[in-house]
Amino acid sequence: MSTTTETGISHELLARLSRRRRRQYAEQLIVTWLLRAAALITILTTVGIVIILVAQSVGFFAEVSVWDFLTGTEWAPLFSPQKFGVLSLVGGTLLVALIAGIVSLTLGLGAAIFLSEYAPERLRRILKPILEVLAGIPTVVYGYFALTFVTPILQSVFGYDRVIVFNALSAGLVMGLMIMPMVSTLSEDAMVAVPRSLRDAAYALGATRFEVSTKVVIPAALSGIVASFILAVSRAIGETMIVKIAAGATPNLTLNPLESVQAMTAYIVQVSLGETPQGSLEYKTIFAVGLLLFVMTLAMNIIGRWVISRFRQQYD
Amino acid sequence: MTNPAATPSSRQKLHAVRVLRDRIFVTGFVLAVVIGILGLAALLFDVLIDGLPFLNWHFLTSYASRKPLDSGILAPLAGTVWIVVMTALFTVPIGVGTAIYLEEFASKSRFNRLIELNIANLAGVPSVIYGLLGLAVFVQFLFNGSRNLTAGALTMTLLVLPIVVIASQEAIKAVPSSYRDAAYAMGANRWQVVKAVVLPQALPGMMSGIILALSRAIGESAPILIISSLVWVTFVPASPDSKFTVLPLQIFTWISQPQHAFRGIAAAGIIVLLIVLLSMNGIAIWIRSRYQTRPEQ
Repeated sequence: MSTTTETGISHELLARLSRRRRRQYAEQLIVTWLLRAAALITILTTVGIVIILVAQSVGFFAEVSVWDFLTGTEWAPLFSPQKFGVLSLVGGTLLVALIAGIVSLTLGLGAAIFLSEYAPERLRRILKPILEVLAGIPTVVYGYFALTFVTPILQSVFGYDRVIVFNALSAGLVMGLMIMPMVSTLSEDAMVAVPRSLRDAAYALGATRFEVSTKVVIPAALSGIVASFILAVSRAIGETMIVKIAAGATPNLTLNPLESVQAMTAYIVQVSLGETPQGSLEYKTIFAVGLLLFVMTLAMNIIGRWVISRFRQQYD
Repeated sequence: MTNPAATPSSRQKLHAVRVLRDRIFVTGFVLAVVIGILGLAALLFDVLIDGLPFLNWHFLTSYASRKPLDSGILAPLAGTVWIVVMTALFTVPIGVGTAIYLEEFASKSRFNRLIELNIANLAGVPSVIYGLLGLAVFVQFLFNGSRNLTAGALTMTLLVLPIVVIASQEAIKAVPSSYRDAAYAMGANRWQVVKAVVLPQALPGMMSGIILALSRAIGESAPILIISSLVWVTFVPASPDSKFTVLPLQIFTWISQPQHAFRGIAAAGIIVLLIVLLSMNGIAIWIRSRYQTRPEQ
């Protein structure tokens, strides 16, 4: 190159090239910093959630002891004497999530076995998207469905005097339907990943499809199945609109699914809808309940992902 | 099917039992799929039967009213459009930028692994928690108590950001590294490679992820409910600092009314909401099938 720099044009060209190069370098530097800033926003979100929840909860726990909060079984923050036993809200949440978990595990695992082990490829390609539509329907629609369709059926089956309009069973059943595709999709992914050779070996020994499914495929895919279940139940615990619309607003520590309960999320929403002044003790309760909810779902999500990575079988 | 080692009769009996067990359980597995599909069908029929009689032009062009038959969906429809457009404006640059940074710029350092782990965790945080974050940070701190559209859109942005980032990362990963190598060999720097090669190739995949994230934002009600509280909005929001309501929130308001007639109005609102979501998902699927060209390996 240096030999061609005798002429004036080449000098100018070289200068222009080096200016352009510098400009490109500067542009890349600025863009890198912008992109890094974008990535930082996700970190700031987490930090923000933790700071907000903890800071407001600290104010709450200055007036109510952590022990009373976590072990009390009566929740009546709006009456006097005020009672802040969060167990009745946690109980409501867990009762609905338990019903949803049973429904989604039964339906989801059954569907996953059928799609992965029995269904021909063409049928599978039709059925899977239909089931996944269930996961895309807004939760407020499920709430409507629970209240106007499932609850009346439950009432005519179990008797109008025994089933309250707002009850845990209706919300749980419908929520189970909602999270079923989560269980079936994740479980099926885990089952499809089990190598053919394992199945072929069992078939060669004369096993039926059911035996191959339950004695070979499910044990090999167990970590994925367990993880799908944990993640789905975590989703059920954090779900708001179904429990708000269909399960009721009565804090109630019960195992009877036909009764009204109030879930943690439903309580948070209920207070937000009211005229609770900012900074009052009632206002701070939603952050304390929110913190507990955050910790519960975070723990389940971490366990779920740990199960996947820890027990994943590596096949070559 | 004879086995000299076992007596034929017991052997055959055992086989018959095993085949029968297989048949019974496959019926159960099919039933699981059928119940799921029937549940979906029942839900759609329930909504259609309740809502169709109320779905007319008057419903689409009127504001909410105390009287069920006068009620309309104009204000929440406009609010939803505002929220979606603003959320898209905030989410796309941040989400795509984060994905580009993680996939193309970041080294596999501990800090960047932390960002990825953090995004995975954020995807599992209940939406109601985002509502609390938005209430404290955007409504009270940033806007001094004003429950406006911008606060709602910013909250929705944080909620759907993990979806956009993860989908964009997948789209970027799908771009063959030979494409990048070719650009690098021509002397391009990292940003030029991203701008000219990676982004155009990954765009369709990103688009369908973005649309799915936005449909999540349309259907989500819990955080908006906390941000905007219960309001009877009887106007079309005119600016980003306006009060607002959105479709799922208005539907929830109608469901909560004691008068039974509001149920039908709520169902009509649900039909509108489902049509909006269905068309968005349709567009996402269309984009994916239209532009997804499998690069030859």
